[in-house]
Amino acid sequence: MGVISELSQDGKKLTIKVKGRFDFGKHQEFREAYERNAQPASVVVDLKEATYLDSSALGMLLLLRDHVGGDDSEIRVVNTSSDVRKILAISNFDKLFDIS
Amino acid sequence: MPDAVLTVLIAEDSATDRMLLARIVSKQGHAVLTAENGEQAVALFAEQRPQLVLLDALMPVMDGFEAARQIKALAGEALVPIIFLTSLSEEEALVRCLEAGGDDFLAKPYSPVILAAKIKAMDRLRRLQATVLEQRDQIARHHHHLLNEQRVAKAVFDKVAHAGCLSSPNIRYLQSPYALFNGDLLLAAFTPSGDMHVLLGDFTGHGLPAAVGAMPLAEVFYGMTAKGYGLAETLREMNAKLKRILPVDMFCCALLLNLSFSRRMVEVWNGGMPDGYVLDTDGGEPLPLVSRHLPLGVLAPERFDDSTQVLPLALGQRLFLLSDGVVDTSDDNDQLFGVERLRRVLVANRQPELLFEEVLGALEAFRGCCRDDVSLLEIGIVDPDALSPPPMTYSDSGQCAPLDWSSQFEFRADTLKRFNPLPYLLQLLQEIHGLRTQSGALHSVLNELYSNALEHGVLGLDSALKRDARGFAEYYRQRNERLQALNSGYIRLRLRVEPQGLGGRLIIEVEDSGKGFDVNKVLGRPLVEQGLYGRGLNLIRRLSRHVEWADEGRRVCVEFTWEALA
Repeated sequence: MGVISELSQDGKKLTIKVKGRFDFGKHQEFREAYERNAQPASVVVDLKEATYLDSSALGMLLLLRDHVGGDDSEIRVVNTSSDVRKILAISNFDKLFDIS
Repeated sequence: MPDAVLTVLIAEDSATDRMLLARIVSKQGHAVLTAENGEQAVALFAEQRPQLVLLDALMPVMDGFEAARQIKALAGEALVPIIFLTSLSEEEALVRCLEAGGDDFLAKPYSPVILAAKIKAMDRLRRLQATVLEQRDQIARHHHHLLNEQRVAKAVFDKVAHAGCLSSPNIRYLQSPYALFNGDLLLAAFTPSGDMHVLLGDFTGHGLPAAVGAMPLAEVFYGMTAKGYGLAETLREMNAKLKRILPVDMFCCALLLNLSFSRRMVEVWNGGMPDGYVLDTDGGEPLPLVSRHLPLGVLAPERFDDSTQVLPLALGQRLFLLSDGVVDTSDDNDQLFGVERLRRVLVANRQPELLFEEVLGALEAFRGCCRDDVSLLEIGIVDPDALSPPPMTYSDSGQCAPLDWSSQFEFRADTLKRFNPLPYLLQLLQEIHGLRTQSGALHSVLNELYSNALEHGVLGLDSALKRDARGFAEYYRQRNERLQALNSGYIRLRLRVEPQGLGGRLIIEVEDSGKGFDVNKVLGRPLVEQGLYGRGLNLIRRLSRHVEWADEGRRVCVEFTWEALA
């Protein structure tokens, strides 16, 4: 499985871990990861094991953001490698997501 | 699945064996054709196209090996299984059967059970092959269809996209023929005042989804550029349009330029594209044009940031833009080509005309082969006289408009902050048909008058700041800061159109609330032709028939005249 999701005990925080290439191939799995749970208050996208990220992954992050409340959403993207951070930085996604 | 009914050709020279086999096969429900030798078998095959062949290896006239070869040749791509009937037992003879195209053997004496099983197994293979062929043909048909659709879409799109000025002598670009279907978009057009707007964009995704957004984007780009709108207004419109029509996960990374060859400066907005570069003539360090914004189509209009960066340019400098296909090219180990390798190629370049080849060469050396989704664009900074913006095209009937009117506007602080009135005024002035041949000059002059009144008058900025590159950046930083903080001041603009003989004249009067300037001193200064400032007044004097300052430099009056229309 390339996408693993985990809801905290209190059901407020959803953690989505992406492994390997984060590209269009993960579209279905990534969507299911946040659609199958009730709306969490905050989401953490853990990219520790993601090796690569393309523009469709950026699109998926936007879909996630839209799903959990758009401008009012609280999404953190964590454990980004320097390559992944570069891609996020070029698109200035740090203006929409809390990236670390 | 019920056993299929096949037509089976049996070629066997022994009449007894032939009858025996025919009986076994027809008892299993198949139709039977029989031949006494290879030649008959080939002829029957050509005529009746049986689906399976039982072939005796040793026959008079033409043996089974030769018959197998001819039958396989006639069958073409379809699989017609051939089972050799043989009493041969030496390995070599059996190998010959297979080499001649046989798919299996059946040894004498014949076992009906084994024969039935073999026919069934061969039928499975035959069907598999038929399915593969059918699917292959279907894919080929779809592919052909798709290519045709792409060709038509591209032809339509080319009409839209290449309406611009990509063919200008100072532009070089490289784009794969189907870049559109990679989501890459390259647009360039002259503004009415002879500046050039350029867009290099990259939609998320590939194929049709990536291509659909290109059309509305191009329409907005060309439409607004032709009407004299600036980058900020055009960007806002493009962003709002894409936000409205694209699904949430689709957006367009874009780098936009507003190049002024007469004022030697460029305004840049980069949202999500790789760094573009300003390249020097002497191979100095390339100056990156960094992405500072989210791509187009992501943010709602009220959150969109249209702020641009303004940089001075010098004759001979070049702007180099590229798509992410370049830096994102990866080698066998998933290593990216990256910005640093690109920078080294740019620095090492000695012959500007070979730059594209050198970039592509470096990519090829890095990756082992070239890729077809790379867009490169280079724009040279040339003298404005070297460019020939096409005449404006007008969509009205050409009937003469009223020629005797005047109009006055006053734009106050809050308006100056948020609103650029020039496109509206220029639309109005376009109604004067006699002025259309001078529309480039008119646009330039009005632009200069307005920005002088705003920047030096209302905002009190000193153009001497622009004496070097650092001061230039500082100037535009202060401009933004003061404009945001503005709470008083005005620009008054008066347009007067009156007939004169068979022609007429337009008088533009611009007055600002600033401190004015010492007209004689400034105009008396020697012109710094290569300098970064002081170009505006010179431009105005060169382009209009008559200029006059009054009220200690706070008011300026220019005049355009025209003769009778032919």
